[in-house]
Amino acid sequence: MSEPIITCRDVHKWYGQFHALRGISLEVKKGEVIVIFGPSGSGKSTFIRTINRLEEHQKGTIIVDGIELTHDVRNIAAIRKEVGMVFQQFNLFPHLTVMQNVTLGPIQVRKWKKEKSEEISMQLLERVGIPEQAYKYPGQLSGGQQQRVAIARALAMQPKIMLFDEPTSALDPEMIKEVLDVMTELAQSGITMLVVTHEMGFARAVADRMVFFDQGLIIESGTPEDVFYHPKEDRTKLFLSQILSH
Amino acid sequence: MTTQLSSVSEVLPPPTERYTILGWLHKNLFSSWFNSILSIVAGSFVAVVLVGIIKWVFVSAQWAVVNDNIALYMKGQYPGAQDWRLWVLIYLAALLVGLMWSSYFHRVDVIAWVLVSIFLVLAIWLLLLGKAAWWKLLLVDGFGIVGFSLGQRFPNVSKRLTILLLLLYMPLVLLIIRGFGTDGFIPQIGTNLWGGLLLSLLLAIIGIVFSFPIGVLLALGRQSQMPALKTLSIIYIEVIRGVPLITLLFMGQLMLPFFLPAGISIDRVIRAVVAIIMFAAAYMAENVRGGLQSIPVGQYEAADAIGLSGYRKMLNIILPQALRTVIPVLVGQFIGLFKDTSLVALVGLLDLLGIARGILANPSYIGRQLEVFVFIALIYWIFSYAMSYAARRLEISLGVGER
Amino acid sequence: MATNTSEQSAVPIWRDERYLEIIAQAVVVLGIVALFWWLIHNLLTGLESLGTPLSFRFLGQTSQFDIGETSLEYSRNSSYSRALLVGLVNTLRVSLIGIVFATLLGLIVGVARLSSNWLVSRLAAVYVELLRNIPLLVFLIFLSSTVFHKLPKVQEAAHLGNWAFLTNRGIYIAWFDPAASYTVYRWVLMVAALAAVVVAALLIRKGKRTGRMPLYWLWAFVIFVVVTGLGWFLMPTPPLTVNIPSLQGRNFRGGISLTPEFMAIFSGLVIYTAAFIAEVVRAGIQAVSKGQREAASALGLSGFMTLRLIIFPQALRVIIPPLTSQYLNLTKNSSLAVAVGYPDLFSVGGTIVNQSGRAVEVILITMAVYLSFSLLTSLFMNWYNRRTQLVER
Repeated sequence: MSEPIITCRDVHKWYGQFHALRGISLEVKKGEVIVIFGPSGSGKSTFIRTINRLEEHQKGTIIVDGIELTHDVRNIAAIRKEVGMVFQQFNLFPHLTVMQNVTLGPIQVRKWKKEKSEEISMQLLERVGIPEQAYKYPGQLSGGQQQRVAIARALAMQPKIMLFDEPTSALDPEMIKEVLDVMTELAQSGITMLVVTHEMGFARAVADRMVFFDQGLIIESGTPEDVFYHPKEDRTKLFLSQILSH
Repeated sequence: MTTQLSSVSEVLPPPTERYTILGWLHKNLFSSWFNSILSIVAGSFVAVVLVGIIKWVFVSAQWAVVNDNIALYMKGQYPGAQDWRLWVLIYLAALLVGLMWSSYFHRVDVIAWVLVSIFLVLAIWLLLLGKAAWWKLLLVDGFGIVGFSLGQRFPNVSKRLTILLLLLYMPLVLLIIRGFGTDGFIPQIGTNLWGGLLLSLLLAIIGIVFSFPIGVLLALGRQSQMPALKTLSIIYIEVIRGVPLITLLFMGQLMLPFFLPAGISIDRVIRAVVAIIMFAAAYMAENVRGGLQSIPVGQYEAADAIGLSGYRKMLNIILPQALRTVIPVLVGQFIGLFKDTSLVALVGLLDLLGIARGILANPSYIGRQLEVFVFIALIYWIFSYAMSYAARRLEISLGVGER
Repeated sequence: MATNTSEQSAVPIWRDERYLEIIAQAVVVLGIVALFWWLIHNLLTGLESLGTPLSFRFLGQTSQFDIGETSLEYSRNSSYSRALLVGLVNTLRVSLIGIVFATLLGLIVGVARLSSNWLVSRLAAVYVELLRNIPLLVFLIFLSSTVFHKLPKVQEAAHLGNWAFLTNRGIYIAWFDPAASYTVYRWVLMVAALAAVVVAALLIRKGKRTGRMPLYWLWAFVIFVVVTGLGWFLMPTPPLTVNIPSLQGRNFRGGISLTPEFMAIFSGLVIYTAAFIAEVVRAGIQAVSKGQREAASALGLSGFMTLRLIIFPQALRVIIPPLTSQYLNLTKNSSLAVAVGYPDLFSVGGTIVNQSGRAVEVILITMAVYLSFSLLTSLFMNWYNRRTQLVER
């Protein structure tokens, strides 16, 4: 747990005139679980989306697993292979079965044999607890089940890093736990994770470090202990009091 | 009253509305004095028109101009000895439809019955006319049912077979209809002999099939972030959509020969086909673009996040979903194109309309315009209406489907 | 835009996503330019070898053919360009009149389809389904050859009272002729129009102030009718006389005459397009959600007020874009006039091609004209969309 697997230095991003990221610097060590939180519009989603180039950063450096993220298409492809992503809206492919969703990456990108990919995918579906749904279509599954398929799909590429962009925000309350359970198990397995979430219980249980975003800046970061009980910044205190009060 | 109801906690049936004929009439035709007047006026109009039509059809119309020339309307001057080639293609199509039905819709639907009964009606009609072909039409139903049951019995093999047949069908059609060599199994038949409904359908099918890939490329171009590609696609699409088809057809007939190097000549049917494909591609592009726009951004992002290449992303994720949503629209476009092929009559091709005008030019059929035009309008109508009905059903079944 | 560190500039061009896009575009554009260059080169050399190099100078030559009906001064001594202009005016004439009548008929049929009267809505549905599923060209030729050319001979003209005569040479309808006092009456008409506009403007201002818009167009119309009506009776002699067509020699004279060719293309376009407009109208009205109706009646608006203030404005917003494209279709379809012998732009163009052999030039001109129609339409649509978006959001 020493060398950083993600290094971000002074990352900036503009949408037209709007300065969305105003100089983000963050180092993530291998196996670290980082929870990113902050008010909406604070740039937290934008930030993790720059890491696998769903958004292009316009200034600064991002290095993932020793590869610098530049305009080089080969680097972008290489980084996307190492980084899995789970979206708020699941974004499963509705015209493919669960199994086809999960095996798509391994077969088309990793160029593995179909049998091998299906074997691995089945193991992953068992790991997220829904092997019996393998040959259904996403539309026939509940939200929680769909999100677990999405996690399996990201894992099927055997990434070194997993990004979660508010994975439970679009779920009905009774389905949040089944997804968080899978994520907790994943966190304990030693994979590097960046999670944007407001699930503070989850954060307290598994995060190695918590990062508070506001207005495109990292305001504060530290262990859950520090951030929850001894926040240094007023904005962090205020935000925590708002989301924990209800 | 409420207390009484709440004490009886059993589930009560709704109060039955008294649906008598009189009640229906009152509700739908005579609900107010204005409605009553409307109904009486409309009713007498319908009565007069119906009586007129029936009188004309059974008394004053002289159907010889239709009966004597059925073959011409259907296939132009395509030699009668080679008819079996067309029947083979029709049977193959029926088989294919049956296979597709069982592979992709899994059950017998209303459309199936509509198709079956259309052929039944046609068969009975031919029987009444005393043509010997009625059993051939019944065979169409037979092949359809064979295809359907094959699909039911061997689902996996059939799916592959269906796709293979679908891909092969179009080249096969052209190959069999045209033939090759002078004598032999299937001698070549020049396009100047293709005509009637056969030519109309061929033009529409070729138009839609060949404009499909061009249209998809244009739609992708118009949707892309690359300014040059985008501009070129927009120019093509808007120019073609901005001019009438008839100008394109004339361009095909008069200008196309100039565009090619001296010495290369292409026949009139091909010239019309080129114009039709150019025309259809622009509309196809707009339809496909509609489908592309219906795909949420999340699908692109998820494909990117997995690391799919741009080409794979389009081929495996975006296009399958986009095309699926536009299938009903494409059927609509096909209907439109089928109707539009009638314009080739204006550049001298003998499609259904062209052959009808040709027949009317025969002195022995002077004054029979009404019979001829009613007949061909009916053919166009039956085909278009059946297809649009199928498209509507398809829309419903796709909408409720696996999404 | 991007960082300029040393590693960044080391990316080879063929792997840099920015350059890759440019390269891809350059390849496609070059390919297309080359293709077009080849095609046009073939065209030009082909024309050259025929002895008719591409040139528009032939437009100045005399046409030496007659045109059946012209709204402009034209004779066989006029130039080709004059002939094309006559064709263009004829196209515009049949299209514009066609659009007005198709809209009216389409509105009636569309509303009839939603009628609560079963018979009426069925009839409208039959009308729509009957016409939408046959080719326009078949319908046009049908109308031309079985209706308008099959009308009785001039001597045995079918007539509606004395006001209209139907013959195979054309249709003759009684119309107004200006009388001597018309020069004065013109001023009355102008005053009436002015009064109507002023009243409408005043009412609109009042409506904006009170927030309750009166039926200003109805009031303006009433004012106009009252003023012109008063003026009519104050004139010493009636300013307009009715000109009734009458058989003089071998043909009818007086009133308006419409050729069978015009009637075929005109009525064909109107009847056919109305079926499509009816569908547009129906979809527009149905698109206004039930919730809107419920909200309106919850506010206590009357049925008429609901229709005028809630349903109609919203339906209109849905209706206008597809309606415009139907208008454009009608205009483009008017080129089928060639099949019934009406001398529209395309048909005159065809005659010129036969006469002069200048196919390429004529086709280019014709396409350019139709293209400019559709460009104008899409400019209007863009303007309209922008405006409604601004207002609605």
